[in-house]
Formats: sequence, structure tokens, C-alpha cells
Amino acid sequence: MEIPKSFLGYKRENGRAGTRNHVIILPVDDISNACAEAVANNIKGTIALPHSYGRLQFGADLELHFRTMIGTGKNPNVAAVIVIGIEPKWTKRIVDEIAKTGKPVEGFSIEGVGDIDTIAKVSKKAQEFSMWSSEKQRQECPISDLWISVKCGESDTTSGLASNPTVGNLMDKLEPLGVHLCFGETSELTGAEKVCAKRGKTTEAQKKFMKTWNDYNDFILKEATDDLSESQPTAGNIAGGLTTIEEKAFGNFQKIGSRQFIDVLEPAEEPTKGKGLYFMDTSSAAAECVTLQAAGGFNIHLFPTGQGNIIGNPIEPVIKLTANPLTVKTMSEHIDVDVSKILSRQMNLDQAGDELIKSTIRVANGRLTCAEALGHKEFVMTKLYRSA
Amino acid sequence: MVNTDIIIHDKKDNVGVVVIEKITPNQDCDCWIMENDDSTKIQSKNEIPLGHKIAMTDLNEGDTIIKYGHDIGKVVKSIKKGEHVHVHNVKTKKW
Repeated sequence: MEIPKSFLGYKRENGRAGTRNHVIILPVDDISNACAEAVANNIKGTIALPHSYGRLQFGADLELHFRTMIGTGKNPNVAAVIVIGIEPKWTKRIVDEIAKTGKPVEGFSIEGVGDIDTIAKVSKKAQEFSMWSSEKQRQECPISDLWISVKCGESDTTSGLASNPTVGNLMDKLEPLGVHLCFGETSELTGAEKVCAKRGKTTEAQKKFMKTWNDYNDFILKEATDDLSESQPTAGNIAGGLTTIEEKAFGNFQKIGSRQFIDVLEPAEEPTKGKGLYFMDTSSAAAECVTLQAAGGFNIHLFPTGQGNIIGNPIEPVIKLTANPLTVKTMSEHIDVDVSKILSRQMNLDQAGDELIKSTIRVANGRLTCAEALGHKEFVMTKLYRSA
Repeated sequence: MVNTDIIIHDKKDNVGVVVIEKITPNQDCDCWIMENDDSTKIQSKNEIPLGHKIAMTDLNEGDTIIKYGHDIGKVVKSIKKGEHVHVHNVKTKKW
């Protein structure tokens, strides 16, 4: 198949391109959720991103909170941003960073004003942003404007056999065209960590990966009441035929095909070393991982599943694929791409990779994903430790 | 279309994965090697369900199980070619 060289996206002020055109109402903290949701309810074409944190965080945990907030606002799938916080200082810090992209952004704080007057004021600005963004047209963008993140979930043996290698096939075909790619899931590479580290393009990247994985492993050994052998693989994994953590990790690892990663990113960190594959230090919990990848600037997501994970994200479209014929049958409304024919040899990996590329381009062009049509908007902040 | 009962990821692998509902004892199974699109045959010794592994060769205690071309654990009880490979005869090397 000849790979399409372009897609129809929204060109942004900073040169990036979006696959979506959202106007987001971003609460800085948990107590500003009510205000953000009221505004999104008032003004059509806007979406609120409520979450559970943002008060009394400190140190690395607070920095991650800011990075996630700012990165979400900067994401090219977002046309314009309203930031609402209880107080002005943290709100302004987020607004100022998002403003560097050149997109419309405005901040509001509730203290000394109250919810009702804030909602009235913010609604007027949100209406202006919504109507402004509604005139944006999709334009032809080079395929290299796609920033593709990947993460698998509810995996079974069909994931390692077919759906994860399908994603790997797509990576092998699209990386040479200059796309940005990102995989994560630090915990679920356990067992394949040394082989994964060798995929680092430079010694620096390899060392950075091993340090990230070792830090995670030390944390597990410190916090765990056992060594994880009771939970990885899970009882469900074992029933499905997975025997060891190594086997599970190598299944996961199939998603990067034969690619090498050029750098290791902090959670929600934006890549800065140009096109190619990046590893991001993330949890293996689906919504947390995708939220971090979206905050890193990725504009379309591929999600292989075995037993049928149903996750979506408010700003980054999540494309689901599965090779499990039973999941295709019982959960069809969640599956965008069916690659189950690989198992019966009616389809090979090359064909499956091509099918996934076609679906990715269609979604990039604007086709709704199953998760979008079903209203999945999971926005989940990663918390490193308890607040002060 | 060619019937496939077992898929092997990599030609170096010493196990394959059952991709039909189950295979029965003494069944002559068609295997497909994904890496190089090659095929081979094996006769099963046990009943093995979908997603579970079959030994493609005789394996002794202490041998390494290779899947995806990589080490995924050690044999803790000897396994004959065609037998079911799982938690009863293979353990992680990690913990």
C-alpha cells in the first residue's frame, strides 16, 4: 500500500497541527471544577476537563501537575483555552505558558468573586472562543504533523500475538516519514527492561531508560507488600495463557516494532529532539498514561486491547484495535479496528499495519473514534505522592 | 486460506501459542511462524486451550523458554515436545 503523505488537520499558530479543534475549560484545581463545568454547560462547542487535584501539592508532584495542565492547553488538538483556578498566581503561571503557543488563552480566578459572577464572566469569553474556533477549517498537513502515542490495556495473549505487533508494523512504516511516536508503561516493561534499554539510539538514552526503570523498581520494592509476583501476571493473564512477567512485557514491547527510541521523557514532558520514537515514564493505568501523553503534545493515540478496554481522552482521539475475535463480537461498539483475522491467517501483519494506518488517517481527518462517539473523556492526573 | 492451529512469533522460539478454541491430545497441528511467514507441524500430547503454549521441542529442567525470540522464563519440570507449557512447568527468572 502506498502510505498517504498527508492528512486534513487544523494548523496552529506555533506550526503544529491538530486532529481536533477543541475549546477547553481547564480547572487549575479540584474546587474549580464546578465553575468549569457550568461554563461548558452554558457554551456549546466547549469542553470542561474536571479532575481531582491541584491544591497543596509540592515539589516534583506539583511540577508534574503544572506540566500536565500546561501541556494539555498547548496540545494542538486544542484551539483555545480558558483556565479557571481558585487563586490568580497558579492560574497565571498556566495561562502564560499556554500563551507561548500563540493560541487564544485567558485565565480567571474565583477568590473574591464567587462562582456565579465568575461563570458569567467566563461564559462570555468562552462564547467568543467557541465561535472563533468554529470558523477554523481543516487543511492539508504533512503526515509528519502526526504525533502518535501508544498504550495497550486489558491485554491477553492476542495482544502480543497480533494487535501490538500491528502497532509495531505501523511504527516501522510511519517513522521514516517523520512522525513523532511515544510509548510508555514503565511498570509493564518489567522483564523486558534490558532488551528495551538496548533500543535506545544513544548510550545516553539507554542509561536514562535504565535509571527510570530502576527508580520505578526501587519504588515497587519499597512500597509492595510482596514482589509483585502475585499480581504480575494477574490471575486473568494466567488464565489467558500468559505464564511470566517477562512474557507479558515482551508482548507489550511488540508495539514499537523494530524502532529505536531517541530520548526518555518525564511524565507529560514535550519531546524536543525532533521526529522519531520517545519513551515516556508513565503508569500502566490507561487513563493516566494517555492523559500524560496528550500533555506531552501527542495528537492521536493507538490503543490495542485484548479483553476490551474502553478508555477515551477528552482531547486526544483514542483508536482501539483488537485481535480477539470474542471481543470484536461482544464489544463491537468499542473497537475501531478489527485485526482478529491475523490469528486465522486471513490477514498478515503487513496488511493489518496498512489497515491501521488507513484508520489512523481517517480519524486524523475527523472521523470520530468509538470512544469519542460513546462520550469517553477520561482525564486523569498522575499524582506522585500525597499533598502537604 | 490455510488453517492455523498454532502461531509461533519468532523462528528461535521453542514454544507456540494455540489460536483455535483448543487442541486435543495427539492432534496433528499446523503451525505458522510469523517472523518469516514459514510453517511447520507438531503433534500435541495434551489438551491445550486458546492462548496457551505448546512445547515445540523437548525441554529439560533449567532450560530457557524462548518466545518473541527472547528469554521469558525457566523450565522447572521437564517438558516433552507437544506438551502444555505454563505455570506448572515454567517460572519467571525475575523473582
